[in-house]
Amino acid sequence: MVGTRPYPDEPAGPFPSPTTTFDDREGRPIEIAAEADFADALDDVVDMYAQFDPTDRAQGIPPTGEARIRNWLETIADESVNVVARHGEDVVAHATLVPDTDDPQAIEDRGDVEWELAIFVLQDYQRAGIGTRLLEHLLGHASDIGIEQVWLTVERWNNPAIALYERVGFESTGTESFEQEMAIRLE
Amino acid sequence: MREIRLLALEYLLRGITVFVRGYTRMCMNVLVGLVGSDESIKTLRRTIDRTREVGDELTVAVVEKPEAKRSQTEMTEQAETLLSETNIDAEIITLEGDPGSSLVDYAEQGEYDQLVIGGGTLSPMGKIQLGPITEFVLLNAPTTVKLVR
Repeated sequence: MVGTRPYPDEPAGPFPSPTTTFDDREGRPIEIAAEADFADALDDVVDMYAQFDPTDRAQGIPPTGEARIRNWLETIADESVNVVARHGEDVVAHATLVPDTDDPQAIEDRGDVEWELAIFVLQDYQRAGIGTRLLEHLLGHASDIGIEQVWLTVERWNNPAIALYERVGFESTGTESFEQEMAIRLE
Repeated sequence: MREIRLLALEYLLRGITVFVRGYTRMCMNVLVGLVGSDESIKTLRRTIDRTREVGDELTVAVVEKPEAKRSQTEMTEQAETLLSETNIDAEIITLEGDPGSSLVDYAEQGEYDQLVIGGGTLSPMGKIQLGPITEFVLLNAPTTVKLVR
């Protein structure tokens, strides 16, 4: 499949693979793990988004209300690639890649498809170094399973998020609208 | 007794007056802009629904967007079909040149109360995405702009 978006010529990385544990800047023990079967973690992730402050929503996601949150996650669950950060039993951050294809069942080589990235960190756990670690481990996991092209959109005025994406190797593509589109190539 | 009857009649007449005023205020002169995408079809259908309900004056503008799913001619033909199927009498015009700019310019020349356009697409993730034409229209149109989701 020929991609529709421009990607950097040079691959970024290498990125670390999950699982990992570390103490965040508040001294809280955090575990980052890939979810081989997202259905197992779904309830915990729904709980996280149910607590998520809607002022930090981006372009309509996450939705609000548990039913709508569950519906959204179930819609993307089957073919998405997911990494979560836990503090004890609780999920405190979630990062996901969703394939840009009308027929996810037909994916033969993950390297042939473009993957859309989103990451959300629960408000109490922001600015503690969790988002950066989670993002790096999602990209490491993606690279491990053969994903090469990852893109995202971010609201153009969200400078902290854009700076984070640039730090790990995302480059802005030339779109001119409210959302800044960014892309990264993995090894 | 007679006074009460007169009062009732007066209230009835007032009631009718209020209703007529409300009705005339709801009617608008609406311009809908279409680029030739699936969202354009949805936007036109929704606008037709409202037009039928409240009796708006409707003008349909088909802009020039070469990379769109439907050509300007195809989009115009589909709009004609949808309008005739629903018995809506609306003028269809085609606009040449930059889609956002030509649409805003046309809206500015006419006496339109509202400009209606498609309100964005959803990414695979479910994120709402507004394209550059939508952004241009929102930031430049002097009229109220309605985004159809």
